[in-house]
Order: sequence, then C-alpha cells, then structure tokens
Amino acid sequence: MNKKELKVNAIKDGTVIDHIPAKDLFKVIRILKLDKYNNQITFGTNLESKKLGYKAIIKISDKFFEDDEINKIALVASDANLNIIRDYQVIEKKTVTIPDQIIGIAKCFNPKCITNNEEIITKFTVVSKKDVSLKCHYCEKIMDKAQLIINQ
Amino acid sequence: MKNKSLVSINDYSTEEIMQILELAKYFEENTEQNLLAGKVIATLFYEPSTRTRLSFESAVQRLGGSIIGFSDSNSSSVTKGESLKDTIMTVANYSDLIVMRHPLDGSARYASEVSNVPIINAGDGANQHPTQTLLDLYSIKKTQGTLKNLNIFLVGDLKYGRTVHSLLLALMDFNPIFNFISHEKLKMPDEYKLLLDARKIKYYEHKEFTDIISEADIIYMTRTQRERFSDQLEYEKTKDTYVLRNAMLINTKPNMKILHPLPRVNEINIDVDDNNKAYYFTQALNGVYVRQAIITKILGLK
Repeated sequence: MNKKELKVNAIKDGTVIDHIPAKDLFKVIRILKLDKYNNQITFGTNLESKKLGYKAIIKISDKFFEDDEINKIALVASDANLNIIRDYQVIEKKTVTIPDQIIGIAKCFNPKCITNNEEIITKFTVVSKKDVSLKCHYCEKIMDKAQLIINQ
Repeated sequence: MKNKSLVSINDYSTEEIMQILELAKYFEENTEQNLLAGKVIATLFYEPSTRTRLSFESAVQRLGGSIIGFSDSNSSSVTKGESLKDTIMTVANYSDLIVMRHPLDGSARYASEVSNVPIINAGDGANQHPTQTLLDLYSIKKTQGTLKNLNIFLVGDLKYGRTVHSLLLALMDFNPIFNFISHEKLKMPDEYKLLLDARKIKYYEHKEFTDIISEADIIYMTRTQRERFSDQLEYEKTKDTYVLRNAMLINTKPNMKILHPLPRVNEINIDVDDNNKAYYFTQALNGVYVRQAIITKILGLK
C-alpha cells in the first residue's frame, strides 16, 4: 500500500471511485445519492494528482454499482475509475462512459423550459460525449458542460 | 401519423410532410365537409393568438366538428394554480384531440406524454410552431409549383425567430439557396449555419436589402421586436433598414412571393399589400387548409 492511499482508510469489500476532479466531488455524491446510504463511506478531497491537479476519492464499503448507475458520474467525472475490492484486494478495475441518455440527474439551463416550472423528471440526449453537450428532450435546447447543474 | 402528436416539425418525415401538403390541396378544393361530425377538438391557448387559434377553429368548424377550450388562461383553472399535467389529463377526457399554445418551451412535448389523446403544438414558447412551418411550406409549394431548388430570402429577426429556424430545417431536403438579411445582432445562429455547411447548402449573409433580391423566389419577412435591442437608440436607427417597400420590388422575378407569418408591425410597408407579389394574407388563409389536413390525418379520417 503506498503513501497516497494511506490518507484514507482501506476497505475490505466495496468500491473505490478514484480520479474524481476535486471540485466535482459533491456533484458525484449527489448523482449517486450517497447521502441516502447507510454504508460506511469515506471521502477524500484535494489530494494531489498528476493527471487532474487535485483529485477526490470515494470509498464505499459493501457497495457494488451496476454500470447504468455508475456511468452517470461520467457527466462530471469522465476520468474517474473504479476499483472493485473483495477482501482488501482489487479484483476489477473499471472506467466510466457517458450514457446516451441522462434521466433525472441534471437540470435544464433554460429557465423557460417546462421542466423548471412543473414537477417533471428531466431527460436529455447526449449530443456530444466528448465535450459533454446535452439536448433537453422537452425544450430542445442544447447545453454544454459549463451550463450543467446537477439536481439537489 | 394516426394518433401521433405533432410537437416538432422533426416529428414528421419528408414523406409525411408531402402527404400533409397534398391533403391540404384537397381541402383547399373541398373546404366544407362533415368529416369531423361528432368530434370534439379542444383549443387551449395559454397565450394570445389571432391567426393560429382562429384558423384552427375555422378548420374544425368547416369540417363539422365542435370546439371547446379557452383563449385566455385567465378564464381557466390555471389561475387557481392547476398544473399543466392536470389540465391536460382533464381536457383529454372531454376531447378527441388537443391543440395547445403555451408560453413555456417544451410544454407541448410534455403534454403529449401525459395526454391520452393526440396533441397538436400551436406554439410552445420560443421552441416550436410546426403547423406554421407546414403552412409556410404549403404556401411556397403552391406559389412556386415545387419546393425544390428555390432561392429563399429570410429577413429580419433571424436569431430569435422560431419560424425561420423551423422553415430552414424543413427546406434543407429540397436543395435550396438561402440569403439571410439581418442586423448584426439578429444574425442566423451558428448552429444552423453549421447544419447548412454540413449539407453543402449555399447561403449568403447580408446586412441590408440590395439589388440581390432580384434573384429571390421567396422573400420571407419577420418582425423585429423592439425588446431584442438593449440599446433603444440602435433599434430606432436600424428599424427602417429592414422595411420592404413596393418600389424595391420592381426588378424582382415574376414568380416571387412575399411571405410573413404575421402579425406585421412596419417591416412590410402597406404600399406592398396591393402588389400581386404580396402573399401574406393568402398564406394565413392557407393555414386553414393545412390545419384541416393535419387534424384529419391525426384522427385517421384521411
């Protein structure tokens, strides 16, 4: 175990989400609804990273995500990778990819969109996975990553 | 198309658009019929409209159908805070089809998802107004004999005008040449120009009217709204630059027609109205036939 990983406790079984941009940690928490979990969860943020400058890391005990569930975080953390841990050993490594459709996570940036005025589950088609641009299924406006707001 | 809502012009294939235009021609020749006897059409207008609502209602009544609805949301339960969903689910119980205009973008798509009768979008905020696009296409085809290979001039507010955007998209399949005439601040947005580039469709941008309008088959005028300019002085300075006057039409082609979705303010001088190239009032009449075609197609009666 190297020095960097010692900054947060190792877990026996579960998932480690690494290489989250530090500024986007709380968005990832909201997307995965981690505040609703009873599992033991450790967060680390502002950890030095060669690739990202500063990164965040999340360790969740006894939780193994379905691909559909975890891929949603690619919206804000496209470089994130997952280590699946069993009995303190990394048994699998995974990366995340942006799904073709984003349902119920993001808020439409258009204040005149019906989704911002009635209780409606938002739905976006991913127009570009590279630059993360999303087209609202309702108002048909396209928003880019800078305009993206993750639902509370 | 049966039982399918019409929310966006993209909901129809080119083939389906051509079917609607054919059927509209049939209704132009056979306007009064009893096809909609026993059918109830709801028109829910959350925003004011003259042409769209009245032409829908005229289309229905000339086919023997009946109309329920409101032309002002102040006279409905909306004032009590009823949600769009609840209004639509209720009205769907009372009608065979709902025509809706609403100030919010995307409201029509949402209505089509909660309603168990088809929805025709009569304008959802700044987003879509597909029946306007279909009647524009009908007017172009009727006056030019074809939709293919035409030189189309779009004039005025090309940035915010939803009718010009939808028309541009709908004409892309017919090998057009576009000429855009607008103020620097109201230019055609890049996203549309990129689409034209990708399809290798020629377009030219101009800052004012010039002799080049002699090449036009269609001049499609739009209204420039004062509120689009933050600097009112600039609005005053430029507003006359985009006014079409009768004297400017001398060298235009004999087949050329002037279209406008209406209402007009001052962008077409009234001295144009008597020129046989002025087509905007007939264009508004065509709206009745096109809406008859759309309604009967969706209800599976034609």
